[in-house]
Amino acid sequence: MRAPSSNEAALGEILLAVEDVSLSFGGVRALAGVSFDIRKGEVRAIIGPNGAGKTSMLNVVNGFYRPQSGRITFKGEVRTSMRPYAAARGGIARTFQNLALFRGMTTLDNILAGRTLKMHRGFFWQLLRHGPALKEEVEHRRRVEEIIDFLEIAAIRKIQVGRLPYGLQKRVELGRALAMEPDLLLLDEPMAGMNLEEKEDMSRFIIDVNQQYGTTVALIEHDMGVVMDLSDRVVVLDYGRKIADGTPDEVKRDKDVIRAYLGEPQ
Amino acid sequence: MQSTGPDLDTVPKLLMHNAGTLGSRPAMRHKDFGIWQAWTWAQMLEEIRALSIGLAELGVKRGDKFAIIGSNRPRLYWAMCAGQALGAVPVPVYADAVADEMAYVLAHAEVTLGVVEDQEQVDKLIAVSDRLPHLQQVIYDEPRGLKDYDHSRLMSFDDVQGIGRKKLVSDPQCLAQWEAGVAAGKGSDLSVILYTSGTTGRSKGVMLTFENTIISARNANAFDHLDQNEEVIAYLPLAWVGDYIFSYVQAYAAGYCVNCPETPDTVVQDRREIGTTYAFAPPRVYENVLTLTTVRMADAGWLKRKMFDFFIAFAGRWGEKILDGERVPLGVRLLYGIGNLLVYGPLLNQFGLSRIRVAYTAGEAIGPEIFRFWRAVGMNLKQLYGQTEASVYVTAQPDGEIHADTVGKASPDVEIKISDSGEVMFRSPGVFAGYYKDPDKSAEVITADGWVHTGDAGFFDPKSGQLRIIDRAKDVGRLKDGTLFAPKYIENKLKFYPNIREAVAVGADRDFVCAMINIDLTAVGSWAERNGVVYASYQELAANPLVYDMIAQHVDEVNRSLADEEIMAGAQIRRFLILHKELDADDGELTRTQKLRRGHITDRYSPLVDAFYNGSTTAQISTEVTFDDGHKGVISARLTIREMRPYPARVAKMERAA
Repeated sequence: MRAPSSNEAALGEILLAVEDVSLSFGGVRALAGVSFDIRKGEVRAIIGPNGAGKTSMLNVVNGFYRPQSGRITFKGEVRTSMRPYAAARGGIARTFQNLALFRGMTTLDNILAGRTLKMHRGFFWQLLRHGPALKEEVEHRRRVEEIIDFLEIAAIRKIQVGRLPYGLQKRVELGRALAMEPDLLLLDEPMAGMNLEEKEDMSRFIIDVNQQYGTTVALIEHDMGVVMDLSDRVVVLDYGRKIADGTPDEVKRDKDVIRAYLGEPQ
Repeated sequence: MQSTGPDLDTVPKLLMHNAGTLGSRPAMRHKDFGIWQAWTWAQMLEEIRALSIGLAELGVKRGDKFAIIGSNRPRLYWAMCAGQALGAVPVPVYADAVADEMAYVLAHAEVTLGVVEDQEQVDKLIAVSDRLPHLQQVIYDEPRGLKDYDHSRLMSFDDVQGIGRKKLVSDPQCLAQWEAGVAAGKGSDLSVILYTSGTTGRSKGVMLTFENTIISARNANAFDHLDQNEEVIAYLPLAWVGDYIFSYVQAYAAGYCVNCPETPDTVVQDRREIGTTYAFAPPRVYENVLTLTTVRMADAGWLKRKMFDFFIAFAGRWGEKILDGERVPLGVRLLYGIGNLLVYGPLLNQFGLSRIRVAYTAGEAIGPEIFRFWRAVGMNLKQLYGQTEASVYVTAQPDGEIHADTVGKASPDVEIKISDSGEVMFRSPGVFAGYYKDPDKSAEVITADGWVHTGDAGFFDPKSGQLRIIDRAKDVGRLKDGTLFAPKYIENKLKFYPNIREAVAVGADRDFVCAMINIDLTAVGSWAERNGVVYASYQELAANPLVYDMIAQHVDEVNRSLADEEIMAGAQIRRFLILHKELDADDGELTRTQKLRRGHITDRYSPLVDAFYNGSTTAQISTEVTFDDGHKGVISARLTIREMRPYPARVAKMERAA
């Protein structure tokens, strides 16, 4: 696919930094003092065995969970926790491991929903079939059509999302996240449950999003091949702790990582 | 109104003429970002001229060959005309061909320039660039993903037009020079090289002059009264002669509007929005739509299903008579009207065929049942017989003289004769100028006095006076006992069943006929869902005994219908199997126009053919497959062979009764 441009990305400024974040649910510790950063313009992967705390980490970043301790710096602003609405406003968009689409709505409407935050005209303007609200809607539709074209989903534009195969639903969800024109795109297992061809397509879209729009991407993924091909840097979690952080090559050779994935030699 | 006249003997001249006379009428539309963008003839002239002058600046000159690779997009059609205006010759290539296949054609044609759709095609050209010593420049339409590529030999379509537009402004002589260049083109000039997909061996480059294509196009337009008001949708491969004539030359000659779909997957929706009036498709398209309908109806509610079945049966009885304007009882006409309201109209509308005046099927024989179905529901579907070597038209059916088993009468200006060996031969103004760089092959096909061997066996039907094609002349064989064996005839009967996508009949010089069958994943998959049959892959579904039972029933019905025909009764299918993979053009089993490559298939599956005739009940096979991205892998399977009991020939039975 492409050589990770780690040197180039290493020069990028820090977009988001997580420092010493801990999170527990009752007695279960999901994250224990995790720190890492995401630099502008890179593709950053978070990997780890099942239950390592990957999704928890993403949920902390985008404000779903409030960590018990630690600091999050996003675009230079420091806070102990984000609120989801503020995160979205601030330019963080995400997709979900188990899809969270409006199943009864069409592909077009689902993606248009991603533009909610960009719509400024109030309810009463929108009731009129003339004037600024209509102009605004035309403009939003144009942006949505660009995304539809980009993700090659023109054929399903007017189809209810609930009737689409899983791989396409994933693509629609990515489209909705892109509609927010995010600075940081969080993808929770974008390739889960896909076949080889769908994975290749999705990889291509992620690379294109990163290159064409310059969007910073943080993704959780199980498929090692995909992670190594796509990402500039990888952070590895195990039992809520960070065990490695570096380029795909560095991580692949790391002893702790090998142990976490393959177990201790007997 | 047609654009005629002896001075309009090239496509670029037609363009300039149309821009003058039909200036504000739409020439092309393309759905982009969800909206139909339209260009008038005048606008299209401006676009093509800018590109053409840009190409000239890049060094394209008279006699150069250039490749066109991609799906049906206005800019690729413009590129053809822009090159032709300079006297260069376009070579459209099948866009879904893998890089290796493409390399052969492009190297053979010695293309110096490629105009391609997108990154995918650019990648293919880069992959084989060391085999294309003449290739100097690649121009792409869709910039996506190409930002970081080395642009020393790569340029965007916009940039080339930009060069042209700048030149037009800076050099006042430029416009006159370009127009003089167009005027210098002659009808006898080579206008295009179309590589035939070739059911045997390497593809051959068919050279067609402007005269060949323009005379054929004008005749076809006059034959079906096509004028500037037609709407067509361009969705067939650019490299196919059908598309070249129908979406390009005929459109320029008649001045009608060609619509390009948004993506290849949206053709049906796009056609519905445009409401095309004239259509041209290989039988497979009509087959697929019918399969889709049957599958969807099987999922419909009880009432709808009953209604559909009743009216379709009714249409089968009366529809064609009504379409041909015959006298029918008033009650029938009324009931047909109701059927039209409830079933036929909505069905045609669903696929965007409501406004169709003339629809053709060509490229291959169509199953008579499929053909009758479409005519019965009110679509004026006709047959046409043509070849790349003839600029398409050899025969066509005039309105009102339609038969399911014939392909029509000689088209205007075409002479036809049947050779002593039973082969169809023709002579016409559309006859090609020869195969590119292959005079031996050309001499083999074109006789000294201008007749062309079609390679098809056929005869004139004594009843209708129309031509009937039996099969490829070389495919028609005999069983050991001398019974006539026309494989395609049997295969088409099988393929009428929605559950069967493809079939290969074998039997030449053998004791009996056997068949290898491909199930249709859409149809059988939907059946499996309704019957609780679980499967994980095509291979697993194909091997399911219940699927075998279902296909056996179809084979049995085909046998019964073969038994009814005197000459075919001996060619009933005795044994069959269901293949473990779909036949695919990427594996060389089908041509790019989806025709069987019989020789290749029987070689590749020779263990199966052997098993048919040595009495085995199963056969082991492993085959190499090529995935869409060019990767190769191996699929192996153990396939079951089913025995069938043939029916006694009906003719013989009647004799006994008498």
